[in-house]
Amino acid sequence: MTILRAEKLSLGYDTTPIVHLLDLETPSGQITALIGPNGCGKSTLLRGLARLLKPKHGAVLLDGRAIHTLPTRQLARVLGLLPQLPTAPEGITVRQLIAQGRYPHQTWFQQWGQEDETALRNALALTSLTDLADRVVDTLSGGQRQRAWIAMSLAQETDILLLDEPTTYLDLAHQLEVLELLVQLNRKGKTIIMVLHDLNHAAHYADHLIVLSDGRVVAQGMAGQVITQEIIRKTFGVESLVMPHPVTGKPLCLPLRRIA
Amino acid sequence: MKATLHIHSITRRSWRVSLKNISRLYLVLGSLLFATFITFVLQLWLGEYPIAPFDVLNTLLSRQVTDKNYHFVVMELRLPRAIVAWMVGMALGASGAIIQGLTRNPLASPDLTGVSAGASAGAVTMFVFFPGAPDVLLPLAAFGGGIFTAWLLYLFAWRNRSTAGSDSPLRLILIGIGLSAVLSAFTSFALTFSEIWNAQRAMIWLTGTVYATGWDDVNALFPWLVVGLPLTLLGARDLNVLNLGDNVAQGLGLPLHTVRAFLLLLAVALAGVTVTVAGIMGFVGLIAPHLARRLVGVMHEKLIPTSALMGGFLLILADLIGRTIRPPTEIPAGIVISIVGVPFFLYLLWKREKA
Repeated sequence: MTILRAEKLSLGYDTTPIVHLLDLETPSGQITALIGPNGCGKSTLLRGLARLLKPKHGAVLLDGRAIHTLPTRQLARVLGLLPQLPTAPEGITVRQLIAQGRYPHQTWFQQWGQEDETALRNALALTSLTDLADRVVDTLSGGQRQRAWIAMSLAQETDILLLDEPTTYLDLAHQLEVLELLVQLNRKGKTIIMVLHDLNHAAHYADHLIVLSDGRVVAQGMAGQVITQEIIRKTFGVESLVMPHPVTGKPLCLPLRRIA
Repeated sequence: MKATLHIHSITRRSWRVSLKNISRLYLVLGSLLFATFITFVLQLWLGEYPIAPFDVLNTLLSRQVTDKNYHFVVMELRLPRAIVAWMVGMALGASGAIIQGLTRNPLASPDLTGVSAGASAGAVTMFVFFPGAPDVLLPLAAFGGGIFTAWLLYLFAWRNRSTAGSDSPLRLILIGIGLSAVLSAFTSFALTFSEIWNAQRAMIWLTGTVYATGWDDVNALFPWLVVGLPLTLLGARDLNVLNLGDNVAQGLGLPLHTVRAFLLLLAVALAGVTVTVAGIMGFVGLIAPHLARRLVGVMHEKLIPTSALMGGFLLILADLIGRTIRPPTEIPAGIVISIVGVPFFLYLLWKREKA
């Protein structure tokens, strides 16, 4: 099992620091959700964890090795990333899109082999896209399109998958479709780390929650420890009622009003 | 049991689909080569001084022909010119496909980004201000000018685009057209310093034409294309990944900066060397990739070779039309292409506005 960890990590664009001296460990084999208000640095942190941003200070460690020192292709065989709202090239088919996930496994000499074909087929099957494999991505529904992108990340066959708000712009059913798919993938052994906006989704689907505010970790742990009225008041500035979900028993947050 | 059968049927289907795709590619490439060949024959046959196909064949095979001029007209005028047109078109088609993939901008091409004008300015600078320099350095000077322009373009149009992916294709093109105007003005200005014998030759720097090109030009293009065109295929897989966006590409382990630099150098080198032979040949690098995409789709391992052959075909056809429409007057191939290219560019703009 690979463990992804941040040590005294500071991130930022140009001169503006966004994440400060952050220590963080994501439990392997579990679903971790990064939550927090807009501008708290959760997307920046995810980009940092995916080595898209170079740390200003500290490091992101994968099994104890700083990811910025690892060859980028080798890292891409362990760590996958699905950014927010990716756009597919016009006219690309589902199969062609998913095939791109094999990029880090291929070389000039070994182009498309049996392993790649198997990975492609598994990704199609797991995301229930087998029948849509030859459709053009632009013609799919929002939920199907997001599934196609997730399938591309699956074809990458990484232990860890990072996702930035995978449910953005999807309606309720499609949001659940994506989240349930992620849970299913997690049961098959994939570590999932994602940025989520919806606190109740995070409480319901994630094993481990990390609350960020102003680039710092405010709280982390299981939903019951993290989703509390006090933490929501402190980080979001919102008065809320937190009660156990009548069905799952997990915390359910009902926002009441903004604190002026 | 049912599941196995299901998987089996998928395998068979995907195999059949990929076979269909491959044979489609070969069908397209074969058709383009055939069309090019027909145009080639017409190019040798027709003109102010028509030579019957049979005599063309005999001349090519160095057999006895009735007219001694045939040898000169076919072997020294028409054949090298047709080959130059084909090579220039191929280089521009491949370069355009790379630039469009690299910038993720369907409006981009070597000429519209100003790279061609930069190459022209670089080459003109060399032969006007350093007249003693050997001709083999000319493509290098053009390459330098093209790279310089690409760097300016990067500074003005590309660097500051937001990470959210809201980069505007029009911004790149507007700045490219602006750079082109400035660089062309520089080229015209520099040419006023040149000797008279240079001024005549200078016409090619101002309009794209393959007029009066010969075996020297074939030889000048040859090494660049023999190295450059196969290298474009090495970049195809990277371009496919790059087209998914910078973040996805990096997440897949693509070394973004290295790959971009390599592809840019390649595209500029291919476009730059054509400028030293045929001047700024507009629109081939824009139209060829679009037509190729219609035929073989968006994956670059198919798109680039198709775009190259399409560019070659388009340019040789344009030259044939320009040469034969009203002999002895010749319309430069660049003008013929523009007559089709400008409306096509406007159509692309219109389509974008609507989307």
